Amino acid sequence: MGIVLNIIYLIATITFIVGLKKLGHPETAKNGNLIAAAGMGLAIVGTIFIHDLSISPVIYILIGLAILMGSIMGWLIAIKIEMTKMPELVSLFNGFGGASAALIGLVEFSKNVDDSMQVITIVSGIIIGAITFSGSLIAWGKLNGSLKSVVKIPQYNAVNNIFFIGIIAFAIFMIATGVGSQIAIYGLLAAGLIYGILFVLPIGGADMPVVISLLNSLTGIAAAITGILYSNMVMLVGGILVGSAGIILTVAMCKAMNRTLGSVIFGAFGGDNTVTGENKALGSIKSTNPSDAAVMMNYATNVIIVPGYGLAVAQAQHVIHELEELLSKKGVNVKYAIHPVAGRMPGHMNVLLAESNVEYNMLVEMDDINPQFNNADVVLVVGANDVVNPAAHNDPASPIYGMPILDVEKAKHIIVNKRGMSAGYAGIENELFYNSKTSMLFGDAKAALTDLVAELKNM
Amino acid sequence: MNEFLEFVNNNLQITYILILSIFVGIEVIKSIPAVLHTPLMSGANALSGVVIVGAILVMLHSAPEDYLALSLGFIAVVLGILNVVGGFAVTNRMLQMFKKKK
Repeated sequence: MGIVLNIIYLIATITFIVGLKKLGHPETAKNGNLIAAAGMGLAIVGTIFIHDLSISPVIYILIGLAILMGSIMGWLIAIKIEMTKMPELVSLFNGFGGASAALIGLVEFSKNVDDSMQVITIVSGIIIGAITFSGSLIAWGKLNGSLKSVVKIPQYNAVNNIFFIGIIAFAIFMIATGVGSQIAIYGLLAAGLIYGILFVLPIGGADMPVVISLLNSLTGIAAAITGILYSNMVMLVGGILVGSAGIILTVAMCKAMNRTLGSVIFGAFGGDNTVTGENKALGSIKSTNPSDAAVMMNYATNVIIVPGYGLAVAQAQHVIHELEELLSKKGVNVKYAIHPVAGRMPGHMNVLLAESNVEYNMLVEMDDINPQFNNADVVLVVGANDVVNPAAHNDPASPIYGMPILDVEKAKHIIVNKRGMSAGYAGIENELFYNSKTSMLFGDAKAALTDLVAELKNM
Repeated sequence: MNEFLEFVNNNLQITYILILSIFVGIEVIKSIPAVLHTPLMSGANALSGVVIVGAILVMLHSAPEDYLALSLGFIAVVLGILNVVGGFAVTNRMLQMFKKKK
């Protein structure tokens, strides 16, 4: 029996590696996902049925029930959810994985109190699982808008870091002294949960892509730790793959925002930017209306569209595609400029625009599009702010100084669609809006773009 | 420290696999286009649901009258399978949108 199961785990592990590899290429991605899913199914079925234990039927029924319930719920949520809700959904599922790892640790702790190496894996599994669970739930709440305010208390980061060090110290104390009480382990679980909340709560919306991929990576590590606990290779390799893939993605996101990974985990991001209250005279705002904006775009040769989170919020992805098609038909050369951290998760704009059938070769990444802004007659910025803020280049005092941005100010004309004059997440003014080449098209993205399309159709 | 070295020595296989997997993970993911960042993250997220294997083991190894272990295990299985099924289904749905249109 053991041989069959081991072979099944081996096959599953291979499907995970192959699946993940295939997920990295546009043509093979879909197959990759299915291959990994098949391997996962195999591993699950094998685990349930292939063993030498004599199991009471009640337990089989319970396992079957749990799997049935979870599968139906997971499937329904995945099928029913709107595409614009993708970031929070990924975050929510991720939290479930973390919670599962923490619960496993809880049960195993009572059975393994004497073996200190086992206790180390269990304790770290519980802490990481708990942090991912509560952290992901907070991320979910922030992304779906039910948690709006960014909590700011003085010395937040210091408090946070001390708390984290405290957890580690307590865990080491538990392991070293062999404290085996259930109360201690529940205490540790609670502390992990609280830290997860503290960790994600102060983080501003635009930093979400970093946090989400980091949490994703942590769940993988929690799974791998559980794998070590059971000497189970499929969990170990599967978990580590997710962990290292997540770290790579996190680092890519950090680079895109010019932050180090250390400053993300222990640092001050999203918190300490209250100092930039300077109100230097930025000049005046020039506002425009849909018909003027339509004229400008109609007679342009090159138009670049810069989408941001506002596009997702307004659900304007279909209208913008209509606008882009209309312009293309009129002979205008249209492209989308995609900043790596535009939106609320890695690659958010790509998924959003793919949903409205924008061809993916029209989406141009930052490094490739930046030299092209010189030739652009009109740049249309929709719901993006910090990723086009020139302060990142020329204001060393700005919290986003050094972050690579889309160089839209090089274009001949810039049209910025925004709901109002509120600042981006960082709470900083954007000089771009005061640029003499910029016209502001105020209004909800969907409404404004619909008007724009209507005007263009009449030309 | 001694205990740790002893553990590594007794579990050399696991230690090697651990280290090699880290590098496999990094190599497999390196230089993927931004278009696929979201599906990749979501697919990897589904993969992390592999903890469900552990959750099933917890349930299999629990005595039928150990209600605490069984209920914790039950919840762990539900959450794990939610992560797996939901994760793969959502990734599939996302990737369907990336179909080439010409």
